Amino acid sequence: MLLAQLTLAGVAAPIAGGALIGLAASLMLLTDGRIAGISGIVGGSLEPRPERWRLAFLAGIALGGLILSLAFPAAIAAPVGRPLALVGLAGLVVGYGTRMGNGCTSGHGVCGLSRRSRRSFAATLAFMAAGAVSATLLSMIGVGS
Amino acid sequence: MSADQKRTLIAGAAGLLFALGLGLAGMTDANVVLAFLDLGGLADGTWDPSLAFVMVGAIAVYASAHALYQRRMQAQPALGGPCRVPTNKTIDRPLILGAVLFGLGWGAGGYCPGPGLVSVVSGAPAAIVFVIGLLAGMFLYARKPSARS
Repeated sequence: MLLAQLTLAGVAAPIAGGALIGLAASLMLLTDGRIAGISGIVGGSLEPRPERWRLAFLAGIALGGLILSLAFPAAIAAPVGRPLALVGLAGLVVGYGTRMGNGCTSGHGVCGLSRRSRRSFAATLAFMAAGAVSATLLSMIGVGS
Repeated sequence: MSADQKRTLIAGAAGLLFALGLGLAGMTDANVVLAFLDLGGLADGTWDPSLAFVMVGAIAVYASAHALYQRRMQAQPALGGPCRVPTNKTIDRPLILGAVLFGLGWGAGGYCPGPGLVSVVSGAPAAIVFVIGLLAGMFLYARKPSARS
């Protein structure tokens, strides 16, 4: 949805989707006192003998991905024009960086900003700015759409 | 049902809701994310504000839940376990450097960890390559001698 062509439905979908994400994270907080940070949940699952709830959360994510790709295949789309090698390298840096910085868009962005955590404000500012720099520069030099 | 079984069941449901929310929000389309991060789009009318609306929806719900958790529940989780919400307030080098690295990768591939994991099920090569890189990066950091758990 482009800024120049905002529609009510176009605005409602991301807000409603965001609300579902907030609801999922709220479930984890209210029942188990945990932050629903994807990078933390995945990182913890890589340790020996991961707790069952982590694996269950990831299974839920996978089931959601399966439902989306079967029922709404257009909802899942790969980045146009970004070479696979670049996307793989991006994954490596995202994995390393989110563990070093203790969180990603969910843990720092959604949960942290909502809790008014100083650390999460700083982290969110840093990854939003860095994301804008890399996306803007790469598209300026003609990588991607 | 034991508390641990409830914990597992609820985590599974939360993961499912989270994935469906990402899909409904448009965040499983890496191009929507890139069209938000690419500020060049502000000049030529191709900028996509979706990600900002997603944050608004998510924060509105979660901030309410967090207020309820703090005030009504006095930070005591319903299943009876300890509260594990972080209390660290120090803005240090690893926090900022890690966030910058994450952001650079996010803007390069269009995936953050959640959408990457949801998309990998579709079998899209870009998502598969991203998730392999993601797991490798996390593994590398965990093996770093100075890495904190």
